[in-house]
Amino acid sequence: MLSEREKERIEEEARQHEHPRAAVSEALLIVQESRGWVPDEAISEVAAILGMGREEVEGVATFYELIFRKPVGKHVIMVCDSVSCWITGEERIVAHLQRRLGVALGGTTTDGEFTLLPTGCLGACDAGPAMMIDGKLYDTLTPERADEILAEYGMGADAQTSHG
Amino acid sequence: MGWEQMLKPLTADIRADRAALPLAAYEAAGGYQGLRTAISQTPFQVQQAVTASGLRGRGGAGFPTGMKWSFVPMGAPGGSTADTGGHRYLVVNADEKEPGTMKDRWLMEGNPHQLLEGALIAAWAVQADIAYIFLRREYTQCAQSLTRAIAEAQKAGYVGERVLGSGWNISIRMHMSAGRYMCGEESGLLNALEGRRATPRNKPPFPQVSGLWGRPTVVNNVETLVNVPHIIREGPEWFKSLSPGSDPGTKIYGVSGKLKRPGLWELPMGTTVRELVDLAGGMKDGLKLRGLLPGGASTDFLSADQMDVKLDFDSVAKAGSRLGTGTMIVLDDATCPVGMVLSLEKFFARESCGFCTPCREGLPWVARILESLEQGTGEQRDLEILEQHVGLLAPGRTFCALAPGAVEPLGSALKLFRDDFEKHVHQKRCPWK
Repeated sequence: MLSEREKERIEEEARQHEHPRAAVSEALLIVQESRGWVPDEAISEVAAILGMGREEVEGVATFYELIFRKPVGKHVIMVCDSVSCWITGEERIVAHLQRRLGVALGGTTTDGEFTLLPTGCLGACDAGPAMMIDGKLYDTLTPERADEILAEYGMGADAQTSHG
Repeated sequence: MGWEQMLKPLTADIRADRAALPLAAYEAAGGYQGLRTAISQTPFQVQQAVTASGLRGRGGAGFPTGMKWSFVPMGAPGGSTADTGGHRYLVVNADEKEPGTMKDRWLMEGNPHQLLEGALIAAWAVQADIAYIFLRREYTQCAQSLTRAIAEAQKAGYVGERVLGSGWNISIRMHMSAGRYMCGEESGLLNALEGRRATPRNKPPFPQVSGLWGRPTVVNNVETLVNVPHIIREGPEWFKSLSPGSDPGTKIYGVSGKLKRPGLWELPMGTTVRELVDLAGGMKDGLKLRGLLPGGASTDFLSADQMDVKLDFDSVAKAGSRLGTGTMIVLDDATCPVGMVLSLEKFFARESCGFCTPCREGLPWVARILESLEQGTGEQRDLEILEQHVGLLAPGRTFCALAPGAVEPLGSALKLFRDDFEKHVHQKRCPWK
């Protein structure tokens, strides 16, 4: 199932290390980069390339929070729910995002555009609440600011992505 | 150095917008002179200088850095390495994920070469030939600035083969973590680097003897390492003169919570809680400070009448908490202490690696009880169960420091904010909602 390009990139990554298994999280993220997530078949193929057991690769894939074992939306929103952001109003932001997107934490909008996930500290503790979308950090969030940011990712002002 | 650089050696050259200091500017400010000095000395001399400086690890535990390095088997004093059986590793722990901590991000974004120089000197001191920077993938700006800096340093001959004309080879590799708080725990980090789940390892053997792939390995925090070039360049006595007390050097302090100007400051080690809160502009109008976690999420609460506690390792320990990462999280009088502890314990329960039973089962139990208190369904007996967990998850009861760290704010909150916990039970609701 892995494309030639994916295999080449994983093999290239493995060559950077004395021990090929050191490349396993990077290999899974290479798969994720092209597919958005890591499907079952990819686990076996990555294991074969790196000379690991299938269950070992699965163990890694399910341990790390940035490796997704289920399909996610085109954009992944990670909202910080750690203590400094909680004090400065994280719950209000999470409630607002859930309402706007029509999903609970962990959910993906029905149009497949956004997945909403909680995450630990993003290192913006002096500028909370904070969230990260596709690797870009946004801080000092208000519900209004969150709407503006969602609009940058193609969510219209009165679009309701929720269809139940 | 100018006086500003002398007082704030770690951050004086960092721009307000945090744009990474380029190599030429870093060199103009004295950058890589420490590495030149180090390489002209034996590894043992470099270790001795860092030991003499009194530098203690800035990642949370405060272990003396020079002593940590000295546990690497080096053969005879003078630096010749006895074993030649393979690689030796220096690992930069840049997996900053302790809630409330944001200091290493500042150091890496703003002055990546300072970290590289510190890592290179540390690598020389233990004769490592491979250095890893274990960086959170979420720290995308740090990744950019470090990747560029590594390329610049390679081109300039600070990294690579026969560094600065010596016979020493060193390569630097970035490892972008796939994300988990446990990667910040040094043995969990090594497992992650080996392509395994980031569960903790048994100690001993300590990593200095048997670390990455069973080879001698030193793991140091970012802030620890950025001190090293300055210590080597200016000397241990200069480093001691930076702080008025017995704990030497400067510290990157942070303040978060409902203050007027939360942020980060580099100040002499031993700055008081009050001085920091004042720098942060004090509490927002109408709010009072009720307590604070002095050094990240896994430290005991200090109370509002401990404002004059000096923030150095020994003083904070004497006051009943830990300096930890030195980045304080402030609780105000309009925020529910039980809710704050719930936020903390939800984090720790989620981040438990599941490897040992007390942590895997205990922390979610603690979080569920706190949740029920917040929802008004808590009972008196629940407070006893919470107290029991403080003991059941104490140091020695679990495999690593995650759970003991998690119950530090819990145990201290149960004492300090007892009335608030009781009110949740008796009023059958959260009084702040």
